[in-house]
Amino acid sequence: MSFNIVVLAKQVPDTRNVGKDAMKADGTVNRAALPAIYNPEDLNALEQALRLKSQIEGATVHVLTMGPARAAEIIRESMYRGADGGYLLSGREFAGSDTLATSYALACAIRKIEKVDIILCGRQAIDGDTAQVGPQVAEKLGLPQITYAEEIIDLKNNVITVKRRLERGVEVVKGALPMVVTVNGSAAPCRPRHAKLTMKYKHAATPTEKQESGSDYTDLYDTHPYLNIDEWGVNDIEHDIQWLGLSGSPTKVKQIESVVFTAKESKRLTPANNEIEDLMKELIANHTIG
Amino acid sequence: MNNIIVYLEIEDGIVGDVSLELLTKGRALADQLKCKLEAVAGGFKLDGIGAQVFPYGVDTLYIADDKRMAPYTTLPHTSLLVNLFKEEKPQIALMGATSVGRDLGPRVSSALFSGLTADCTSLEIGTYEDKKAGKKYENLLYQIRPAFGGNIVATIVNPECRPQMATVREGVMKKEIRNPKYKGETKILEITKYISDTDFVLDVVERHIEKARINLKGSPIIVAGGYGMGSAENFKILYDLADVLGAEVGASRAAVDAGLCEHERQIGQTGVTVRPKLYIACGISGQIQHIAGMQESAMIIAINSDPNAPINTIADYVITGTVEEVIPKMIQYYKKNSK
Repeated sequence: MSFNIVVLAKQVPDTRNVGKDAMKADGTVNRAALPAIYNPEDLNALEQALRLKSQIEGATVHVLTMGPARAAEIIRESMYRGADGGYLLSGREFAGSDTLATSYALACAIRKIEKVDIILCGRQAIDGDTAQVGPQVAEKLGLPQITYAEEIIDLKNNVITVKRRLERGVEVVKGALPMVVTVNGSAAPCRPRHAKLTMKYKHAATPTEKQESGSDYTDLYDTHPYLNIDEWGVNDIEHDIQWLGLSGSPTKVKQIESVVFTAKESKRLTPANNEIEDLMKELIANHTIG
Repeated sequence: MNNIIVYLEIEDGIVGDVSLELLTKGRALADQLKCKLEAVAGGFKLDGIGAQVFPYGVDTLYIADDKRMAPYTTLPHTSLLVNLFKEEKPQIALMGATSVGRDLGPRVSSALFSGLTADCTSLEIGTYEDKKAGKKYENLLYQIRPAFGGNIVATIVNPECRPQMATVREGVMKKEIRNPKYKGETKILEITKYISDTDFVLDVVERHIEKARINLKGSPIIVAGGYGMGSAENFKILYDLADVLGAEVGASRAAVDAGLCEHERQIGQTGVTVRPKLYIACGISGQIQHIAGMQESAMIIAINSDPNAPINTIADYVITGTVEEVIPKMIQYYKKNSK
């Protein structure tokens, strides 16, 4: 019995530690100043996928990502961690996609993959924080969804039991596969696997990458087919062009502003006893405290 | 037709604060657009909902009352909204940016092909010109939200698709009763017309939802700690000060991410927005994402060993020193001078 797990992942600019040079003078984002990383919650999703793979005989894990050529980096990283392979969906037709156009493209790509039993992805990506793509893909595929998953508790007879982490509590839900599950950052982190995997997949590459690196290794890919990362363009998926890219995106960006706060006239104090005492007296006197 | 609909989040028969805040905002938008404010409730034993929401200026309340509608699961609530929206064609639909609204909203938007903007911090009405297509649009919903870790604020519009959908986090909008005697109409929906039996594919096996223990939004004084507090151990002196002042303890995202404090206490764009009369920021450098959630505080005191911490620019008082030194003194001199 095969059991096919697909993980949706995204390469994102690291917005968590944004420095001063992250914004250009004109208020646009200076992507070059932000390192591209594996979206953190997608790694949580990959971990859940790898755990299922280790429990289920014959299970495979493939990572699907949409992005520019360099996004193949996160597919390779997934393989280092234990994934069997991946698919890069790439092309200028996909540019300018909002979450809805993105989920349409991903849904088309998933339909191309044979018999998908479960689709896992991170709850949200740190560059947009929308948490929309997972549920939107599920709707497009007509599949149920479980969002905010913290742990897959059980998977038996095609029925999955999942613990969800909500704002004010937890919930355990149960339902039949196939299903889309979005994984929360509170789930187990993706621990590094065997270093051997890194060696094994070091040369894994998409056709574009192979072309760019020259033809030194052509034989290698014939003798080691698992090193080929699939790369799909718009013509490799069944689609209706009007739902892709800008035309498939109902939301439009009207305006972007950088955030500037108006500075106040501050009173500067030191920790000296008299200064702190005077401050507390003042706060009590004007009824701010007490 | 073409009204504003707010999806109501209901837990144990009580409408959540986030929904009441959205009704308040929705009422203001409806007045501006001269349309009705409507609300939709899906759940079980919903008799008490009308009395809770009509004072906020709700003109029509749609009720889908069925044992299977509570607790919330995705598909039945999606079907309810999708089919109701097809019938009523609202121009705007609002829901909370909660684990319910963020599960439901994208699903509905995907089914209807209508744009959805997550986690808006402001909603306004305005015009939009699509220069390429040579089209002008009046009375669009401006969905304003931070992006890229809070460094930019984007205004998003949905020119063509309806409803224009947005989610808003709890505490971002103000909650305000319009008129305690406001009278709206209740419409009971026939469940089978909206929801199919095949929508009930998930079983909720277990559920533990706690009442909100921490009331950051309602607290007049907040003592907040940042990454600069160093450890969860050091955070304890913030609780000491909060105890003495009758304050609540908050935290920055960096402190929460580092595990110094629980997520429920996070203040900022991805946490709670607060407007206390006094905000004491301890060891907080002042990333935009944090400042956006507390800049409307009436008075801000910043305690930081870095004299150039960005938070200092928006503070009324800047104390340059370590939290370990300053806070015990604040406690000591407060006790000495109060009563």
